[in-house]
Amino acid sequence: MNITVDADKCCGAGQCVLLAPDVFDQNEDDGIVVLLDATPPEALRAAVREAAEVCPAAAITVEERP
Amino acid sequence: MTDIQDYPFPAPAALEPPAEWAELRERCPVARVRLASGDEALLLTRYDDVKELLSDPRFTHHLVAEDAASLTANESGGVFASGDGASVRGEAHREWRKLIGKAFTARRVSALQPGIEATARRLVDEMVERGAPADLVSALGFPLPVWVICELLGVPDSDRDRFAYWSDTLLSLTRYSQEEIDAAQAEFAAYMREHVAARRATPGDDLISELITLVGALDGRVTEEVVLMTAKGLLVAGHETTANMIGKMVAMLLADRSRWERIVADPALVRTAVEECLRHDANFGFGIPRYISEDVEIGGTTLAKGSTVVCSLSAANRDESAFEDAAGMDLTRSPNPHLIFGAGPYACLGQSLARTELQTVLKVLVERLPTLALAVPAADLRRREGLLVGGLERVPVTW
Ligand code: HEM
Ligand code: SF4
Repeated sequence: MNITVDADKCCGAGQCVLLAPDVFDQNEDDGIVVLLDATPPEALRAAVREAAEVCPAAAITVEERP
Repeated sequence: MTDIQDYPFPAPAALEPPAEWAELRERCPVARVRLASGDEALLLTRYDDVKELLSDPRFTHHLVAEDAASLTANESGGVFASGDGASVRGEAHREWRKLIGKAFTARRVSALQPGIEATARRLVDEMVERGAPADLVSALGFPLPVWVICELLGVPDSDRDRFAYWSDTLLSLTRYSQEEIDAAQAEFAAYMREHVAARRATPGDDLISELITLVGALDGRVTEEVVLMTAKGLLVAGHETTANMIGKMVAMLLADRSRWERIVADPALVRTAVEECLRHDANFGFGIPRYISEDVEIGGTTLAKGSTVVCSLSAANRDESAFEDAAGMDLTRSPNPHLIFGAGPYACLGQSLARTELQTVLKVLVERLPTLALAVPAADLRRREGLLVGGLERVPVTW
């Protein structure tokens, strides 16, 4: 799995951090998404897929194979 | 697209969707409607169309253009037309959102959770003490979100009852007289100015203190007025919406008590159950407006420059092409990309907070009152009328 985030699209609503706090964080300054781990281990992938699906700004892209 | 229907549609039973939604999604995804003001607008009901338009950064909910439709019958045009802090546009809006976004990082919201839980427990205890039957909306739904906003703003405990009264008067279109509303506005403004001054002298770790620290950094653009408007904006955006949703959530789960029992048996379902209640809500209210400032094509139809479009989030959330068994409730549905918080660059900033409040309420209720039940038949529940945000008048419960 390979994750990319588009900071320009992100609206800072923090859904990704609620669902997968080991993979996403938010910038202290403006709440914009920070990617902590672009290739997370298997155990976190279901949460990452869910985060990408529910991100209100469609700012998270998940490629299943790098 | 020839006949014009009056909008909002006549409300069916409190928890049911109007029949018009399914018809329009099927036959007329861009429908002409007549608003209470007499103005005309276009109504979107399909999931894909609503999501696409909301996600387009060119269009906002600020209906301040000359030719924008007026949503309500009263002269002010409702909260979407007001020139408050939530209505700054373009660059200024981005700056404001950035600033407010700080309050809503998931980390900050998580830090608020223990306080939210303690408050929810206290409110439920007080409700139990007063005895059954009780109205869940006034016992828990309304007091909890205003407590949370006070916490965010650093308003001391002793002032929170007054704060709740101001919020009720600011939000109500019918319950208070114009004099009462004006008096509450003035008191609220005076109180917030004093609060800003107090925080300037002794900063805390609340949002107001943080905004004040930024005054210098932002070249004086963040004035006392912005702080005041922000406080008001948070009350308008976050009090009534969440309060109503608490009542509707509990009503939806108790209307078919097997839903409630499932969560009591397996409290791990709380998170997905809350999402499903948000998706299933057939009474969100008016919908989210967009002013079309240049021609745009949505679902094969051109929306003309100058139109006002209403996105029915609840109709979109019931779209069978986006959700399997959209009319039913699946408490384990996941993922659940519903649109109740909007989508795109203007999506709800308070959604992590709203989710935390709803999850906490549900968790506390199933733990503390597993025997909770509606005290009236679900068919007797009444919608609150005449407001932009949908809710139930009362949710009478026993336990
Ligand atoms: C269940 C409860 C809630 C629902 C259903 C809800 C829904 C929404 C929706 C649909 C929008 C987008 C409007 C648009 O696209 O034009 C919005 C915006 C907003 N919401 Fe919420 N909301 C809720 C709770 C909250 C809470 C608790 C807060 C904060 C205390 C909050 C703060 C905001 C703010 C600040 C905006 C404006 C963002 C902007 O103008 O860019 N909301 N909300
Ligand atoms: S969920 Fe999407 S919009 Fe929200 S913070 Fe994460 S990336 Fe940004």
